[in-house]
Amino acid sequence: MSPAAFKAISAQMQVLGNPSSLHTHGRSTRKALEDAREVIARQVNCLPSEVIFTASGTEANNIALKGLFWQGKAQGKNIVVISAIEHHAILDPAQWLADHEGAELITVDVTVDGVIDMNSLGKIINQHRNEIAVISVMHTNNETGTLQPISEVVALAGDIPVHTDAVQSFKKTPLSFAELGVYAMTLSAHKIGGPLGIGALILRRAIEIPALLHGGGQEREIRSGTLNAPSIVAFAAAAKDNYPRENVIALRDEFIAAVETLFPDVIVNGKNVERLPGIVNITFPGTQSDTLLLLLDSAQVSASTGSACSAGVHEASHVLLAMGHTQETAQSSLRFSFGSTSTKGDLDFIVSVLPDVIMRGRAANLK
Amino acid sequence: MKLIAAMSGGVDSAVAAARAVEAGHDVIGVHLALAANPQKYRSGARGCCTIEDSHDARRAADVIGIPFYIWDMAEEFHDGVVEDFLSEYAAGRTPNPCLRCNEKIKFAAVLDRARSMGFDGVVTGHYARTQISESGKTLHRAVDHSKDQSYVLSVLTVEQIAGAIFPLGDTTKVDIRKEAEARGLAVAQKPDSHDICFVPSGDNAGWLRDRLGSETGPIVDQDGNKIGEHKGAYTYTIGQRKGLGLTVPTSDGSPRFVLKIEPVSNTVVVGPREDLAITTMRGERPVWCGPQVSGTAQEGFVQVRAHGAALPCTYYFDGTLLVAELKEPLLGLATGQAMVIYDGDRVVGSATICQTE
Repeated sequence: MSPAAFKAISAQMQVLGNPSSLHTHGRSTRKALEDAREVIARQVNCLPSEVIFTASGTEANNIALKGLFWQGKAQGKNIVVISAIEHHAILDPAQWLADHEGAELITVDVTVDGVIDMNSLGKIINQHRNEIAVISVMHTNNETGTLQPISEVVALAGDIPVHTDAVQSFKKTPLSFAELGVYAMTLSAHKIGGPLGIGALILRRAIEIPALLHGGGQEREIRSGTLNAPSIVAFAAAAKDNYPRENVIALRDEFIAAVETLFPDVIVNGKNVERLPGIVNITFPGTQSDTLLLLLDSAQVSASTGSACSAGVHEASHVLLAMGHTQETAQSSLRFSFGSTSTKGDLDFIVSVLPDVIMRGRAANLK
Repeated sequence: MKLIAAMSGGVDSAVAAARAVEAGHDVIGVHLALAANPQKYRSGARGCCTIEDSHDARRAADVIGIPFYIWDMAEEFHDGVVEDFLSEYAAGRTPNPCLRCNEKIKFAAVLDRARSMGFDGVVTGHYARTQISESGKTLHRAVDHSKDQSYVLSVLTVEQIAGAIFPLGDTTKVDIRKEAEARGLAVAQKPDSHDICFVPSGDNAGWLRDRLGSETGPIVDQDGNKIGEHKGAYTYTIGQRKGLGLTVPTSDGSPRFVLKIEPVSNTVVVGPREDLAITTMRGERPVWCGPQVSGTAQEGFVQVRAHGAALPCTYYFDGTLLVAELKEPLLGLATGQAMVIYDGDRVVGSATICQTE
């Protein structure tokens, strides 16, 4: 957690008061919470009333996708359109809507660079314009960092509600809710140095969608549940932190150059398009990424593989498969993340341990 | 040493990993995902392969304080163990899948991968011991004979034994549970597994029938006279008496036993108890757990079931087959099982039984 967020959460945890209470303590907490809402609204260029706090980005995605689908269904619209590279927090609720709510799910392909295929999307919209309840396309991809052309998606969509999962983008790349023109947008605190377990759905003013959680009606009656004031206050504190974008980009590019020099056969996924500063996804041919992860972890370097199934077994990334990778090359890929606290020393250290890790990884992969 | 601890989620492998750490080794816990579509919860007497078990293994690794990863060995397990199990049954033999798993997965696929990655060996919670002697590292029975698992480890070559660490061989199971409790491991009282891990229902015959079909065929006596019908020859085992459903009784009313399973003609042969008796067994594809056995007959013991008795015998290697001649006749021995030779408590080697007489 960022020092500012830690200070904010520690201070707020010592303050008594449920923000929904009408007494002095409650009002005091309410004041801190609404200040935080305004901070976040300013950061993403939306109205404070458009910020709905949730317990996670996953919850925000579920509220948006299911809520907008149900709203559309009430008007006879039954289609959910998503990109092939969405996070599981969109893929799975979309599949759930198809399995349990009678939705027709259309998945839009991406290019080899990992960007949504606008021609395909255009065709789908032209063909089904009056049947689509919601379109959800992430703002940037969590595995490759590639930016998606959300404004263009909105322009094509016209009146069709568009949601975007901007969890990875917030603070890392310019993000304006008003300029994007989407109906709904998802944020999460822990991706920007805030606490775990707090997120937000930015939902356009006066858009009413059915709720998932019913109860006290705290957040526009779209999200009930006592508000987690300490985490919300810390979320806002983290949102005010400066993100050293240029430094992170410089580190990332130096890392890519060093890796390409060491291993000329690597593939830097999404290299040809605009990406987030801190995410690098590299395919190391002839290796298995779970082996590399273990070896790197032993060398005190934390990297990640695409995803794991419920049994914890490493699976080929659906994002890389959608970009045209085979099972084998997708399973040879690792994501490295650089953050605001990463240094040149960190980079040099990773580069120094990589040759041994890749050599052992290749040896372990020879059947 | 740098070691990989194979952690099933059971109490034994958890204590084994903890002991390896305590002995000063640099240990990393690995849970082997062996089922392509694992069940969510444990049921019956299965001890691994469910998501619940992988969580138990992860929790044990966290309590012990070691890194933990899951290795996907489902494909290797299916090809090397499950397919072998099916084809052996289809060929009328009775395989032991735990033995194949040790041979092809834990001390082959896992050990090879570990060694390539720079590790020195694999720690498991098997009840067995190793000793360093003049002829190298040798494999021995566990102190707790009731839990001894040296039988299912007898397929390990000298090189595999060199990379195997069995920290539990000097302790009884009862004490391992107490130790797990004292170490704060939540799996201390987790039930033992007994069944075949990839047969979730525990109904081996039903599982085989689903995969191999249930083609009926004749049950015949030794003269070839049909005296009943079976529902899939591979669901019978040599020496089986019950459940044959014979319609023609013997003249003196004595019971009949399965003597032979002939997969090609899909026939089960039955006969009197005395015809089950064998005194010589021969095994193919021998594996030596120490020095190779010579052609000169030596005194020792042979064991033919995982928790069976050690039978006094003389044994030798005829150049192709491992031969054991029993001091006393044995009733009902199926081919496909492993014959494991012991010199006292040392495992000499093993082979797959292919002939009996």
